[in-house]
Amino acid sequence: MGLDKLLVIGAALFCCGLYTILTRRNAVAVLMGVELVLNAANINFVAFSHYVSRVIGGQIFAVFVIVLAAAEAAVALAIFLRLYATTGTVEVDTADNLKG
Amino acid sequence: MTGPADLIFYFVAALTVASAILVATLPNIIYSAVALLFSFAGVAGLYVFVSADFLAATQVLVYVGGILILILFAVFLSNRISTVKISNPVHFNWQAALLCLALFGVLSYTAVSTKFPVKPGLSYQPTTAEIGELLMTRYLLPFEVASVLLLAALIGAALLSRPEGEKERSADMEEPK
Repeated sequence: MGLDKLLVIGAALFCCGLYTILTRRNAVAVLMGVELVLNAANINFVAFSHYVSRVIGGQIFAVFVIVLAAAEAAVALAIFLRLYATTGTVEVDTADNLKG
Repeated sequence: MTGPADLIFYFVAALTVASAILVATLPNIIYSAVALLFSFAGVAGLYVFVSADFLAATQVLVYVGGILILILFAVFLSNRISTVKISNPVHFNWQAALLCLALFGVLSYTAVSTKFPVKPGLSYQPTTAEIGELLMTRYLLPFEVASVLLLAALIGAALLSRPEGEKERSADMEEPK
């Protein structure tokens, strides 16, 4: 257990999330990738606050990130349901009604 | 000096990263969601190792108990049962894989080679009381803003997910008076 190991774990989670966001067509899978990226950021916040600053502010920031992730997931679910009712699918490629 | 704590740490870390890789590669979206469950649980385990006990409990409650259920709801409501198996085709993409691997290389090299000013000696204390105190004093404004944001997200989600015909029906109900 060291700072560098936690940072490497966070980097791995971030890259998995980025790969998920880049390659998936299903909007729900893209949302999963976003959650992975947020978790990676949280690991970094908590690791730095434990090993470097010794102040608990990093953990409080992580709590706010979790709150934002929860709100984002709820709104995203509502948007997906609306998208499914409109187009019959949640593939991100099909949502191009605003394209000129 | 590899004690049992180190072994547990490596096990949790391997669980987290392996599940994240499965999330990115599994073809069935329900399997991806289950792998995401293990990844979130692994992150909660990692929080315990950096003395963030409140955050670990929050992670289990909010992510595993809330967000993952929401994601599963989204999966089940947005796919027909017959199409679930092919709902999440993996488009293996060399450019994306290369980009992510290169980014991982750069990030981990930076993390390992940088000398961070790590303070010696580690302390493991309960953090819940301190977090509660700070939320009510120093971080009061962000706390209140977050509560307003949650309210807005709640109302917005309820409004967005309402069926299309609902508006006219509620308008009809108001007319008789």
